[in-house]
Amino acid sequence: MVKDHIILPVSKPTEGSMGKTGLWRTFRPVINYDKCVKCLLCWFYCPDIAIKIRDDGYPEIDYCYCKGCGICWHECKVKAISFVREGEEVG
Amino acid sequence: MARISNGLYEIRWHGRGGQGAVTGAQILAEAAFLEGLWCQAFPYFGAERRGAPVTAYTRISKKPILVHSAIYSPDLVIVLDPSIMSIVDVTKGLKENGTLLVNSREIPKIERDDIRVFIVDATSISLELDLLVAGIPVVNTPMTGAAAKVLPLVGLESVLEAVHNKFIDSLGPEKTKLNVEAAKRAYDRVREV
Amino acid sequence: MLGKVKKLGKKTLVITGNYAVAYAAKSARVEVVAAYPITPQTSIVEKIAEFVETGLMNAKYIRVESEHSAMAACVGASAAGARAFTATSSQGLAYMHEMLHWAARARLPIVMAVVNRAMATPWNIWSDHQDSMSQRDTGWIQFYASNNQEAYDTVIQAYRLCEDEDIYLPAFICLDAFILSHTSMPVTIHDEEDVDKFLPKYEARHWKLDVDNPVTNGNIVTPDHYYEMSWSMDESMRYVKKKFPEICEEYKELFGQWHGVFTKGYKIDDAEYVIIAPGTLFEESCVAVDMLRENNVPIGALKLRVYRPFPSEDIISVARKCKMLITLDRALSYGFNGPIFNDVRSAIYGETGTPVFGYAVGLGGRDVTFNDISSIVRDATLKLEKGLHSSFVYYGLKVGEK
Repeated sequence: MVKDHIILPVSKPTEGSMGKTGLWRTFRPVINYDKCVKCLLCWFYCPDIAIKIRDDGYPEIDYCYCKGCGICWHECKVKAISFVREGEEVG
Repeated sequence: MARISNGLYEIRWHGRGGQGAVTGAQILAEAAFLEGLWCQAFPYFGAERRGAPVTAYTRISKKPILVHSAIYSPDLVIVLDPSIMSIVDVTKGLKENGTLLVNSREIPKIERDDIRVFIVDATSISLELDLLVAGIPVVNTPMTGAAAKVLPLVGLESVLEAVHNKFIDSLGPEKTKLNVEAAKRAYDRVREV
Repeated sequence: MLGKVKKLGKKTLVITGNYAVAYAAKSARVEVVAAYPITPQTSIVEKIAEFVETGLMNAKYIRVESEHSAMAACVGASAAGARAFTATSSQGLAYMHEMLHWAARARLPIVMAVVNRAMATPWNIWSDHQDSMSQRDTGWIQFYASNNQEAYDTVIQAYRLCEDEDIYLPAFICLDAFILSHTSMPVTIHDEEDVDKFLPKYEARHWKLDVDNPVTNGNIVTPDHYYEMSWSMDESMRYVKKKFPEICEEYKELFGQWHGVFTKGYKIDDAEYVIIAPGTLFEESCVAVDMLRENNVPIGALKLRVYRPFPSEDIISVARKCKMLITLDRALSYGFNGPIFNDVRSAIYGETGTPVFGYAVGLGGRDVTFNDISSIVRDATLKLEKGLHSSFVYYGLKVGEK
C-alpha cells in the first residue's frame, strides 16, 4: 500500500485536469460540414485532443477544451475550418 | 617443505604477457582452497600486453586473508620464462630461505646464496605432450605441478584437481587431460639445484 | 575456519570480485541488464552476458551505446516493474550522472555495481573512490565492499532493501578496482531457489508503467510540491536505517554471512583509538591493528560499510568510547579535505569532542599497506599527544620528486 512518506509526481490521463481550458480562447475554429471531406487532419493535428470523431466519421470540436490555437484551421486542406473571433458569428 | 610464516604464504609469478601467469596464480589459489585454506590470486594491476614482462600473485593462508596490498616479500617466486631473468630482478624482495622455481633446462645464474633454487624444463614437457596454444608451448600448468613439490600444505592432488577445474569447461576433456599430465610430469621432474 | 570453507566447498568458487557480482545478479534473478563496458568493470557484464546467452540466467540483456543510455534503459525497465541491474566505473558513472538523479527521484530500486576507479584526466584505471563519492547527493544508497564475499552478499541484500515499500531508492555496491574486481578469492554462491526465500519477485507497489493502466511519472511539478518530494527521499533514507539491520540479521540466519550492518567493528570494544575506513582499506587496517596491538597500541578499526545514509549513530557511539578517531579517505572534496573525514567530524559535532585526524590515501590506486596504516596511526598518536584536535594530511605525498 502507498506509504505516506513516499511522494511521487505520478499523473494519470484524465479529461481536463486543468479545468475547462476552452475559457482561455479568444478565437474559435468552426467547421463547415458542407466542405469537410472527413480527412481528419484537424483531429490528427489538434495538440489538445479537443477534436473528436463522430459516429458518422466527421470531426467535431469540443469547445470546452479547445484553446483556440488555430492549428486545425491552418492545416485544413479544403478550407472547411474558419477561425472566428469570440463573440462574433461565422462571417 | 617450507612452513607458512605469520599465517601467510606469498607467491610471485613472472612471465610474459600470454604465458598465463595469472591463470597459474589462480590455479594455485584454487588448489589451496581445495586443501581447505584461504587464498587470493591477482594480476599486477597494470596494462598487460602480449610478450611484455608481467607479474601475478598468489596468497595462501590458514586464516581469512585481510591483506589487500601488493606482495613485496614473497616466500616463493615462479619464473615461467628464464629469458626474463636478464631484464627483471626476479629475486627482488624474495625472503631469506625463500624458494625460486624456474622453468629452465640449465641451472640459472643467481646472485643470492640465501635461497633455494628449483628448476624444471616445463617447455620440453609441453612439447613432448604437444600441449600448445597458437603453436606456443603452455608453461603455466606444468609449473603449477612443479610448485606442488615446494609448496607447504598444498599437495599434487589438489593442484591436479584445480588444473582440471580450470580447463574442463573451456577446453574439454582431451586438452584438460594433457594439462593435468603436464602438471604431473613437472612434479616428477622438478629438482633442486 | 578451515572446516567451514571445506563444508561450503560445493557452492564455494574461487572467483574475482567482478565474477562475484555477476553471480549475485544471477542469484537475485535480475530480469533486465543494460550496460556499457569500461575497465575495470568489463568482466562483470561479460560474465552476465555469458549467463544470459547460455540460458543460465533468464534476463533481457540490453546493449546500449553509452552509460547514460544504460541507466536510462534501467530506469525504463525498473519503471515497467522489472528488477534491473547495471555496472560501471569512473567516467562511465560520471556520464550517468543525470540519470542517477532520475532513477532516485522516480523511486526506482535499481542496483548498480560501481568498480571504483580514478577520474580522468590523466587516464588512470586504478582504485580511487572519487567516482562514487562524487555522486553522493544523487539519492543513491552507497555500500562499500571489503571482500568478494561481501560484494556478492551485498548485491542481494541491496535489492531486498531498495525494494522495501518504505524505501524505493536505488543503490551502488562499490568495489575497489583490481584489489577486488580482478582478485580471486573464495566466494560462497547460493542457489536461486534459496535466494528466492530472502528476495521474492519484485513488485512495483507505488507506481509502474503499465499499458492497461497508463500513468506518467515526472510531469512538471510546481514549487508547491517539489520540496516535499525531496523531503520524501530523505525520509526513505531514514527508513534504510530502520530496515537494514533486520535485513542483515535475516540474511545471516539464512546464509550464515555477516558483514555488519552500516559499520562493523574490529577490536573496538577496548580501543582508545579507532580507524574508520571503507572497503578494503578497513581489512588492511585490521592487519595494522593486529600488528600495533602486539606493541600494546590500544587500537581498533571500524568498517564504513554504508556511506549513504551516513551511519552517524554508529560513529557517535564509537567516538564516545574512544580518545581519537582516524579516518582514511580514498577521495577528496577539493577545497575541503576528504569526504569521510568531513562527514565523521560533522556527525560527532555537539555529541562528543573526540579528536578526528583525517588522511588521504591510495588516490589513483597507490598501494596502501598495513605498514602505511601503522605509520598513519603513529602520526595521529603524536598529534594527539601534542594536544591537536583535528587535521587532514596527504599521507605519503611525493611533491618535489621528479
